[in-house]
Amino acid sequence: METTDIGLWGVPLAMLGGAIRVSTPFIFVSLGEAITERSGRINLGLEGTLVFGAMSAYAVAVMTGSPWLGLLAAAVAGLCFGLFHGWICKFPKVNDIAIGIALMLFGTGLAFFFGKPFIQPSAPDLPAIPFGAWSDIPQVQAALNVNVLFLIGAALAVFLWWAFRNTRVGLIVRVVGDSADAARAMGLNPNTVRLLATGVGGALAGIGGAYLSLYYPGSWTERISSGQGLMAVALVIFARWNPLGCFAAALLFGGAGALGPALQSVGVTQGYYLFYAAPYILTLIIMIATSSPSRTLAGAPGELSITK
Amino acid sequence: MADTVSSPDVRTILDARGYRAALEWIARRAEAFVIPLAALVVGMVLFSLFILAVGKSPVQLYETMWRGGFGSWFSIQNSLSRGAPLLLAALCVALPARLGLVVIGGEGAIVLGGVAAAAIGVALNGAPSFLVILLMGAGGAAAGGIWIGVVGALRHYRAVNETISSLLMAYIAIALMNHLVEGPLRDPASLNKPSTQPLADIYRVGNIPGMEVHWGLVVGILACVLSWLLIEKTRWGFAARIAGGNVRAAQVQGLAVGPLIVGFTALAGGFAGLAGMLEVAAVQGSANGSLAAGYGYTGILVAFLARHNPLAIIPVAILLGGIDASGGLIQRRMDLPDATVLVLQGMLFIVILFSETFYGRFKLFNPDLWQRST
Repeated sequence: METTDIGLWGVPLAMLGGAIRVSTPFIFVSLGEAITERSGRINLGLEGTLVFGAMSAYAVAVMTGSPWLGLLAAAVAGLCFGLFHGWICKFPKVNDIAIGIALMLFGTGLAFFFGKPFIQPSAPDLPAIPFGAWSDIPQVQAALNVNVLFLIGAALAVFLWWAFRNTRVGLIVRVVGDSADAARAMGLNPNTVRLLATGVGGALAGIGGAYLSLYYPGSWTERISSGQGLMAVALVIFARWNPLGCFAAALLFGGAGALGPALQSVGVTQGYYLFYAAPYILTLIIMIATSSPSRTLAGAPGELSITK
Repeated sequence: MADTVSSPDVRTILDARGYRAALEWIARRAEAFVIPLAALVVGMVLFSLFILAVGKSPVQLYETMWRGGFGSWFSIQNSLSRGAPLLLAALCVALPARLGLVVIGGEGAIVLGGVAAAAIGVALNGAPSFLVILLMGAGGAAAGGIWIGVVGALRHYRAVNETISSLLMAYIAIALMNHLVEGPLRDPASLNKPSTQPLADIYRVGNIPGMEVHWGLVVGILACVLSWLLIEKTRWGFAARIAGGNVRAAQVQGLAVGPLIVGFTALAGGFAGLAGMLEVAAVQGSANGSLAAGYGYTGILVAFLARHNPLAIIPVAILLGGIDASGGLIQRRMDLPDATVLVLQGMLFIVILFSETFYGRFKLFNPDLWQRST
């Protein structure tokens, strides 16, 4: 693709395109984590799920030639990791945060173990829709080339926002997350609800991983994730467990993550690595700004160990 | 005792009491050994099943692992060398854990400790070696201590979750290291692998006499023993254990929880920073990307396996150092990916955490419940 010289306008444009491209895994992981945390548990293992999802999606896509089967494989793998987390955490004295750390290690290890043979071959990509076709400027076309998963993620955020408020299932998840005792009084089994919520959360994180390996950056390597799974957990807190907030925060994080490459594309190479730290610094600042020692966070599920 | 009661059956009763007291003494302590060991065995059995499932022989694997980790004097020294940084990295998790904090960003403190030490070593080139090495150690510890101390301060004064913030800080630290090593501190002569200028030989930390293991092992073991003394034998450690059990209770007692948390996290980070300094001064000779070798993450596993007891960290770190050391041999001999070791570590981690649920469940370990059966 030849480039038209559009000067410094390239930076915001590249950041917009980057925000859309980089944010998609954040959207899926944070929506998944929002469901899990609303039910009262925290799954830090989504980082491992993301990496394993990326590997399994890529492997299946290479073997079958279909990126959609790869996506399915990633979702199923994520579901299994989520269900495992949900199951093991129901035992007394088993700490959900620590189990998450262990699953992070385990998922990553398993992904590297099985992913070795798939580092070389190339897999078919997930399709994108060229919303920028009206423009003659290649940078605009590149920025508005939107992957279908981004659109699905956006729709899912709206749906979850509606479902948490208006459906029976949404209410059940929220009750279990706010008070296990109240849920038991209503005849609900908190462990079952949490098991399913963590399972769904894992499946969504697996899809986020599939996006990484099948679209952007679009190949399987052992360095495919740089902590997106973990940042997503922080992002959910920042978004106050609101799916629409998760979507907005994911876009913001995507933009921050695109800052380094965008500046590099216009020739800024000084402090290149520091710009790569932008999403982490942003997350930290947001966490500091939104936490307070004297009050619990508005909208926080009452049973969540991280806010106690 | 009056001589009239020195009949044999009284002595039997007394002996039985002593015997019983000994049994109770053992039983109360056995739980802390039996459950983790059983969990280790279960983890290894599960891993055997995994290895069987991918079509390899678990017997050969464990044999290779033993040979690679502990089979010869050479491999034992290798394991000890790898265990040395794990001792310090594990303390970075274990000390805050005694206060009820889950800090998992030790990698960041290691990396920055290494960079700080390398910068000091290069800047003071020409000064007496003992002074430079001392200052490198102090600088590394200070860098790591500040980094993790900030995590503790944010936790106490701003209620920022320490698990997430410490990991974010680790990513920031690695980016900072890359920036410094590829930019301001880069040795122009390091082409393929950007590094800081190499330390002069007199500023390198050498080996323990008679061994191919650097002094970091001694430093690590000393740090573990001192940490144990701090926690078990001093009033600060006592206060920390109270605050770890119940922050509210500690505050009601008038304990200064804030300084306690900041102090413990800073000390923990200081140990990790020292690990980074030792990597630079004893192993690499300069600061470069190899500092982020994952010791911080393996240290998390070590600390949890040791149940955050500094003395238990010593054998566990050496064991995991051995497992790490055998990774290469497993890869070559058995044609398995190097991530095999990661899978084993992950499995052990999960099983150990799961085993927490069994504490206090067995009558065998609780003499107070024995009465009914005897």
